[in-house]
Amino acid sequence: MENKEKTGKLLEVRDLHVSFFTPAGEVKAVGGISYDLNYDEVMGIVGESGSGKSVEAYSIIGLLQSPGKVIGGSITLEGEDVLSKTKEEMVALRGSKVAMIFQNPMTCLNPVYNIGNQLIEALKAHDKQVSKEEAAKRAMEMLEMVGINNVEKRMKQYPHELSGGMRQRVMIAMGLICHPQLLIADEPTTALDVTIQAQILELMKDLQKKTHMGIIFITHNLGVVAEICDKVSVMYAGRMVEQGPVDDIFYKPGHPYTMGLLRSMPRVDAESYERLIPIEGTPVDMLNPPEGCPFAPRCEYAMKICLQKMPPYVELGDNHRSACWLRVQEQLEREKAEKSGPKAENQEVSGDE
Amino acid sequence: MSENQDVLVQVEHLTKYFPVKGMKGPGIQAVEDVSLYIKRGETLGLVGESGCGKTTLGRTILRLHEPTSGTIFYDGVPIYEHEYPFARQTVSVKEKDGTEHERTILVKKPVPREKSVDMLPYRRKMQIIFQDPSASLDPRMTVGEIIGEALDIHKLCASKAERTERIKELLSMVGLNTEHANRYPHEFSGGQQQRVGIARALAVKPEFIVCDEPISALDVSIQSQVVNMLEDMQKDLGLTYLFIAHDLSVVRHISNRIGVMYLGTLVELAESYELNRNPIHPYTKTLLSAVPVPDPEVSRTRQRIVLQGDIPSPMNPPSGCRFHTRCPYATDKCRESVPQLKEHAPGHWAACHLLG
Repeated sequence: MENKEKTGKLLEVRDLHVSFFTPAGEVKAVGGISYDLNYDEVMGIVGESGSGKSVEAYSIIGLLQSPGKVIGGSITLEGEDVLSKTKEEMVALRGSKVAMIFQNPMTCLNPVYNIGNQLIEALKAHDKQVSKEEAAKRAMEMLEMVGINNVEKRMKQYPHELSGGMRQRVMIAMGLICHPQLLIADEPTTALDVTIQAQILELMKDLQKKTHMGIIFITHNLGVVAEICDKVSVMYAGRMVEQGPVDDIFYKPGHPYTMGLLRSMPRVDAESYERLIPIEGTPVDMLNPPEGCPFAPRCEYAMKICLQKMPPYVELGDNHRSACWLRVQEQLEREKAEKSGPKAENQEVSGDE
Repeated sequence: MSENQDVLVQVEHLTKYFPVKGMKGPGIQAVEDVSLYIKRGETLGLVGESGCGKTTLGRTILRLHEPTSGTIFYDGVPIYEHEYPFARQTVSVKEKDGTEHERTILVKKPVPREKSVDMLPYRRKMQIIFQDPSASLDPRMTVGEIIGEALDIHKLCASKAERTERIKELLSMVGLNTEHANRYPHEFSGGQQQRVGIARALAVKPEFIVCDEPISALDVSIQSQVVNMLEDMQKDLGLTYLFIAHDLSVVRHISNRIGVMYLGTLVELAESYELNRNPIHPYTKTLLSAVPVPDPEVSRTRQRIVLQGDIPSPMNPPSGCRFHTRCPYATDKCRESVPQLKEHAPGHWAACHLLG
């Protein structure tokens, strides 16, 4: 299954807003995020539970459930506007262009159909012409590709007869059977043991090399991010607080939340004992988000302005940007130094501090 | 192992089988012949994949599961002692395809029942913190009642005022507000619920706490808060921990020594930095190399051993060394005889035939 080698932009998300209208009030699960994803690229989305990372992915594939609603922004996949598509068009899009794999494969596979039937069904849903024999052949090829041996026996087995790692492989096979360009992986290894996780990560890297698809990899494990991603978006309370190439995020983090996350994790290769430095406080209550920067109440560098106004994005390097007033301040100082004297247009921001 | 004065908990040849209905033989062999000791004031970490028996071992030491056989000493006093109730027999088995081969099976043999020790005084000394805080707290009791119940059972408070005072003290010890005593568990976040679980365990002033995956259910940014709190408690109250987790980096951080389990057996035991720098059992090596490191440079360059296959079923574990089905170095000897835990360097124990 070789996709034609494509380069350039695969997915463009601009200023996406998603809200949940609950009886207790509107929850702004995603509050204006933008990013691009190219072919052959893996983007990691990191964040705590409730930071909106899954909601954001669900809206790309059109699986957002009521009371959730996309209320603004645009999603463009291979030049097509995803949000304006009808239900039928979305059905055709899912599977053939975008596929998704989930955290818990057991709840995503149908327990009363065998693996073979489920794979063939996925294929036939998008290709009505394909014969049964042809479909079965392709299903078996797919299973072999994801590293399952003894394929003919496996095709007749039911999900409960497989181990967790095997089920996740079947999920991946099912997702890729129609050769999608974009794969969204929502915590695909969180429920697995580390040795099985290593197997699945190797498999995904391998498959990506063969198919040149773009992958959005949602996880909260920074180790996994370092392992598989080319670039990273860090989400906090529905906002993308920092995004950039994986090296920049790990070695030159620009947002205090990213720094805090990196610092608070014990490392298996640490040479001596060091006390952990946690991020104090608790995650944001999304029903009553604070004014200004959502991370400000937990931020050790919080200034007055952080509590009042949402910070804009500041470019920190190639494709590396962060939304933090500290970085805004630094940039202004740099500009000041360059222009040897403050300009009138900068005074608006400086005045608040 | 050592009959040291400052050994607080010691188990010898501890075995726990869960009988399975409608099946001959011993059933699920969750813990098989584990011997270890925990020194006073230290943290012993226990790692392994899911299903390797680490949680069962922790609970069996506390006698929350009644062991099948073995000895458990607490502070030098045996709190459990029982002879192994199975005999090994070699029988020839007929396969479906007609071939016959020999297999060792376990057959029940009569052993004298020991009289059991009254656990109540030991329950006060040995406590446990559970993995899922929302499942381990009674949803119909307030936090104050949950903590107070432990105090009542062991009759630790003479008066009502003293009881209220102690509950307040415990809550502030784990970083909660004293007025939280009147709230119900669902009103708290996951991190706060785990703090309540810790306060409940600490209420009876225990000496030994089994921490069964206390942070796996928590968010990344909250995990380190709880780890730091557990460390502080240990320092202030002189606690001894058995810390069970599947996350090697956290276990390495908090433990003095680490035991690695595979399919019910202890395969390696060493000081935590020694184990990290110099793992000698093939399984430990794989496990260490599988842990993702949050450093892109490192993960690009380092070599990783990816294990083939899955963990076998403990219902019908492989003969000999239980790891031989997945071990890249397995020999005939590994398939036939069970390797014993031996000391290969001071304090560094491993069970592997390849090490001699």
